Amino acid sequence: MNSLFVYLEIENGTVEDVSFELLTKGRELANRLNCLLEAVAIGSQLDKIEKHVSFYGVDILHIFDDVRLSPYTTLPYTSILIKLFLEEKPQIFLIGATNIGRDLAPRVSSALFSGLTADCTSLEIGDHKEKKTNKIYTNLLYQIRPAFGGNIIATIVNPDNRPQMATVREGVMKKMIYDIDYKCKIISHEITKYVLASDFAVKIIDRRLESSMVNIKNSSIIIAGGYGVGSREAFGLLYNLADIIGGAVGASRSAIDAGFSELDRQIGQTGLTVRPKLYIACGISGQIQHVAGMRDSSIVVSINSDPVAPINDIADYVIIGNVETVIPKIIKYYKNNSK
Amino acid sequence: MSLQIIVLAKQVPDTRNVGGNAINKDGTVNRSVLPVIFNPEDLNALELAFSLKEQYSGSVITLLTMGPPRAAEIIREGLFRGIDMGYLLTDRVFAGSDTLATSYILYMAIKKIGVFDIIISGRQAIDGDTAQVGPQVAEKLKIPQITYVEKIQSIKNSKIVAERRLERGVEIVECELPILVTVNASASECRPRNARLVQKYKHAKTLFEKKIGSEIYTDLYNIRPYLNLVEWNATDIKADNKQCGFSGSPTKVKKIENVVFKVKDSRRFNSSDSQIEEFILELIKNHAIV
Repeated sequence: MNSLFVYLEIENGTVEDVSFELLTKGRELANRLNCLLEAVAIGSQLDKIEKHVSFYGVDILHIFDDVRLSPYTTLPYTSILIKLFLEEKPQIFLIGATNIGRDLAPRVSSALFSGLTADCTSLEIGDHKEKKTNKIYTNLLYQIRPAFGGNIIATIVNPDNRPQMATVREGVMKKMIYDIDYKCKIISHEITKYVLASDFAVKIIDRRLESSMVNIKNSSIIIAGGYGVGSREAFGLLYNLADIIGGAVGASRSAIDAGFSELDRQIGQTGLTVRPKLYIACGISGQIQHVAGMRDSSIVVSINSDPVAPINDIADYVIIGNVETVIPKIIKYYKNNSK
Repeated sequence: MSLQIIVLAKQVPDTRNVGGNAINKDGTVNRSVLPVIFNPEDLNALELAFSLKEQYSGSVITLLTMGPPRAAEIIREGLFRGIDMGYLLTDRVFAGSDTLATSYILYMAIKKIGVFDIIISGRQAIDGDTAQVGPQVAEKLKIPQITYVEKIQSIKNSKIVAERRLERGVEIVECELPILVTVNASASECRPRNARLVQKYKHAKTLFEKKIGSEIYTDLYNIRPYLNLVEWNATDIKADNKQCGFSGSPTKVKKIENVVFKVKDSRRFNSSDSQIEEFILELIKNHAIV
């Protein structure tokens, strides 16, 4: 039985959580399929990586270590995965739906003509009957994801092409140590067999890493506060919620005028226009000015003590209540129920 | 230096207005019943093309879109805003294409166009959010890609310097042309339509649209050839039918569950513990949060 491969995303010598989450899910699926779990580490100074991943149940760790491979650029990583997959013929390949995963995976899938499903929220193993041919496929990877702005949940399969490739966002799967004494075999590959000099076409001339930058427009979840939040301190609750569910914090004009938040977070006609999957409006009345900047959001939640606040009319979910009461409860029940 | 610029754009269903009949039994989208818009990040891509054209005089912007006949609207919208040329890729055999088949079709069309220095597309389309087609087109053309671009700093001596907006910061990269770039929503917004161009192109139509329209303007299309919008089918771009549509798509939709949100009747909760928990469970069930 061909193996299940997981890509290890490594930044500054540290494996990202999303990769541990995928190893955990990968181990579970590999047990179900009775196949090996293999991991791929590409980068530089990777000698300690094994210690961080073996106990997730990794059977084989492929290492591609070269100073030119850090930081990540598209083409050398693509060349490595393409050749490795042609040699090893994995049945499944899982990779984080990060900036890197979403840059790398489509390129690999195009070269190998293998199906790729983005941003899966669930992965299962099951059978499939192709309607046209009546052919039955056993033990396929069910790649389950929301589509269409969250209006549908689709189950995707790749019946004929290998590897079956899927990306998963960080925090979607649970990470769990499989066996503290698990032994993993290491294969160190020779880079020159995989990468051409011409693969280093893109040069990184500067990297400015910011830990807490305002990146509201690209965020799929936005928690926005208005005047009704009441104080700058209460606004802190919005940041707590954003950290926990993975979102960014925005604000209405009146919240900024009142000094609760900063100007670069303003959403509305004179600020940012956003269209996230989920928009949680906290203590925002919903003046036209604000609505103009967020009305294309897929799902709108309004938390407001005023039952007739105009924003409630465009909200999919309305919670009548005080922001300071409701948000801590949302955090509590999210923690109790997620994953 | 003048640039040959190709912009890839998609007409997408307006995903906030999705009705129950929007999904076919085979799991594909019944696009005919949905309101459609210009994919938002493709407008950011178009703006980037316009700003390059302003900096490098003599540059030419060609817009490519694939879709049903009504996607001609994307070409018209592009003309209203300032593109030089547009092609609508439309053919029954293209229907049901996943990202890989779509990238193949775009690739064949780009080969037919022939020359280009830079291909620009939005990072992703709002109907699928996959962000796959850009990199897949680049791979087929065997050219490098720069994803998540927010700004192009310069293009000099056929070298591009671009700013990428990433999860954890900004990265500035340099690469030789030709290149494919994908553009984030955080890049500059697209300029509005130009009133003069709207006047000029408002009657621009594809052959298909002229057939179903009135005959009154027949002469107009002879006198003003720029009003004839160009459609390409699979034969025009020499596409292998097996690599298009369903047969060219390795991914198959097995099952669809509808979780349509009815925008008009919102669900109401109070702030009691049990109500908040019910609300959270509903969001998790709908994959709004994970």
